[in-house]
Amino acid sequence: MTVAAGWTPDQPIIRIVDVHKSFGTNAVLKGVTFDVAKGEVVCVIGPSGSGKSTLLRCINALVPIDKGSIKVEGREVHDPALDKLELRKKVGMVFQSYNLFPHKTALDNVMMAPLHVLKRGKDEVEAQARQLIKKVRLEGKEAAYPGELSGGQQQRVAIARSLAMNPDIMLFDEVTAALDPETVKEVLLTIRELAEDGMTCMLVTHEMGFAREVGDHIYFTDRGVIVEHGPPESFFKSASDPRTRQFLSQIL
Amino acid sequence: MDSFWELLRGLHDSYGINLVHFYDGFERGRLLRGMWTTVKLAVICIVLSVVIGMIGAWLQGSRLKLLKALVQGYIQFFRNTPPLVQMYFFYFALGPQMPRIVNEHGIAQPMLGSFEWAVLSLSFFAGAFNVEIFRSGIEAVQKSTVEAADSLGFNRLQIYWYVVLPLAIRFCLPALNNNLVNLAKTTTQAYAIAVPETLFVASQIWSDRINVFEMMITLLTFYLLLVGMFVWIMARVERALHVPGFGR
Amino acid sequence: MRRYQGDASCAGPAEPAPPAGESGYTAANFTPRALAIVLGVFCVVVLAGEALAQMRSGGPSRSIVATLVAWTPLILFGPPREFGGFALNIAVSFLAMAIGTVAGLFLGIGQISLSPAVRKVSWAITQFFRNSPWLVLLFFVMLLTPFQIKIAGYTIPLPAWLKATFGLSLPVMANFAEIVRGSINSIPTSQWESAESLAFTRMQTIWRIILPQCVKRMTPPWMNWYAILTMATPLISIVGVNDAMTLTQDALAAEQRSELLMPMYGLLLVFFFVYCYPIARWTIYLERKFAVRS
Repeated sequence: MTVAAGWTPDQPIIRIVDVHKSFGTNAVLKGVTFDVAKGEVVCVIGPSGSGKSTLLRCINALVPIDKGSIKVEGREVHDPALDKLELRKKVGMVFQSYNLFPHKTALDNVMMAPLHVLKRGKDEVEAQARQLIKKVRLEGKEAAYPGELSGGQQQRVAIARSLAMNPDIMLFDEVTAALDPETVKEVLLTIRELAEDGMTCMLVTHEMGFAREVGDHIYFTDRGVIVEHGPPESFFKSASDPRTRQFLSQIL
Repeated sequence: MDSFWELLRGLHDSYGINLVHFYDGFERGRLLRGMWTTVKLAVICIVLSVVIGMIGAWLQGSRLKLLKALVQGYIQFFRNTPPLVQMYFFYFALGPQMPRIVNEHGIAQPMLGSFEWAVLSLSFFAGAFNVEIFRSGIEAVQKSTVEAADSLGFNRLQIYWYVVLPLAIRFCLPALNNNLVNLAKTTTQAYAIAVPETLFVASQIWSDRINVFEMMITLLTFYLLLVGMFVWIMARVERALHVPGFGR
Repeated sequence: MRRYQGDASCAGPAEPAPPAGESGYTAANFTPRALAIVLGVFCVVVLAGEALAQMRSGGPSRSIVATLVAWTPLILFGPPREFGGFALNIAVSFLAMAIGTVAGLFLGIGQISLSPAVRKVSWAITQFFRNSPWLVLLFFVMLLTPFQIKIAGYTIPLPAWLKATFGLSLPVMANFAEIVRGSINSIPTSQWESAESLAFTRMQTIWRIILPQCVKRMTPPWMNWYAILTMATPLISIVGVNDAMTLTQDALAAEQRSELLMPMYGLLLVFFFVYCYPIARWTIYLERKFAVRS
């Protein structure tokens, strides 16, 4: 995989500097800055409407930013000449509402991007897809259509679908928010295994317990800015900002 | 079989029911050729009009304002003018402007015959409806599904071909079927530019043999069977495209 | 056409959805522009043809514009002291629509009759005329009805245009019957029950309670079928009625000038477009307006 000249794995894999984004008159991000190191698991928490999901979409160039800089493996995302395909090969994304392709089976969903976007051979892609389905513990469900799967199962197919592109970074956008409590666990287990494998993960989540256990670093955002951050132990024990404390007291 | 034809011939002799287009080999032959022409005409037009609909709906998503306006103009014009006049315009007004080609006998003949012009005009007519039908189907596709494809690195054409179109077709199949059945019925208009399709051949037979009533019943039965067959095929297609747990 | 309620957004970079409600979209703000574009394109085509013809011949032949203008009264209103042309197309469309609507109303009500026999017969008639090609039905009526009928000693002639009108009204009848049936079925059962509890008879319920509620729902598809019918009226030229299509071809035969082909047929297309397009816009406007209320 090509990387921008000058970037080495010991530098931050994602570098976000003073990012601003508005939708019309509504400023969603008002100067966000932070780094993510390779292999790190970063959790972004905060009240709804604080710009968390928008931030993830900016990293993936689904949403263009107005000002600032986002570098993924040293490559500027906020650049009109950006090769989006190169970026999206590196960055996988999983959505709150799964967004599987409803007309394709679980296996086909996983195979589609490698086949048509990367134009890899069918046999090799299928072998990898079956492997990934197994990895997310859905063996036997290869031929099922999304409409026949539970929310948690669909979400795990969606994770496998992103992994099929062999990304360096995975973005998770409130992936458990639409799920029944019973099925949340199975999805979180899959993400935890990914993290243990050394995948760089960035999660927007409301699962505080999970963030505390699996996260390497917690960021709390409110009204478009990062209010407070730190490693989970200190963040959850001794949050200093009143807004953070209020949020944590409501949610925990 | 021959005894059956003899039975029909007897029907004519003893009761005056003139089914000459069945028992007379010559008339039967030209009627069958006419029916085959109708089926060919209908199938080619259906395929072409669906292709026009897909391309038109794709172009309507374009960022170029001029392109969108052109597609919109095409749709509105073809939807709001009579298909028969369109066909005359294609055949009588555009036809003579086309270059002539010399055939194997050394005679100059028009590049496109009446059959080809009928195909073109009917396809453009039905295609205008198909563009709007596909467009409504495309609008029913969830934006988040498109976003997911985008995040997997699909480009615009790939998103359209692999994700949006397959879903849109499933959404708009009932309306599409309706329009395609209408198209099959509208092929009778090719009569007006002397395409030897079923109605045209039938009118030749009833003028030669003076059996208007019997011919009419045959004609109506044929078209009801044809439409019935199309409806059946479309229902099969609908079932084949059905995805468990998706849609209605 | 069926409309789909998706998520309000759509795929790809699409134009913003028009705001809902009566204030957002009116028939008036779009129609003149499209009409102007079509007329403009037509004029450009005619003038280009004109220039080309001038270059080629240079002879004394009348200009295309002058020729079009000269024939327009004939094509619009038919030969002097005779009814024909585009006006006849419109007259036929009105009459066929009237016949088709009344017959279709009864046929539609017949389809929900309590008597199975009436129901089945109505259904069969509807399906038969709905699925037969218009042109075949037109031939059927033209060739198999007499040119005059005798009632109580009077001889009533049946001119070709009247027979053709009747032929065109048959598919309208069948399709309107489907609209009637569909919209009656969409009225909630509670309406039937409350009418019944007030001692209305079934016929009273249908005519006084149910159908009045269906009018709004039926209007847009009914108008849509009127437009379809109007665009089918040139078919009567095939069976020998002096409509705008026939007269256009007569004019072309009289002129014998190939450079007139596109402008003349184009003019006829424009006549129909100018008449039908506003109806289509108005239909869409009503569809949206009624959809918001219900």
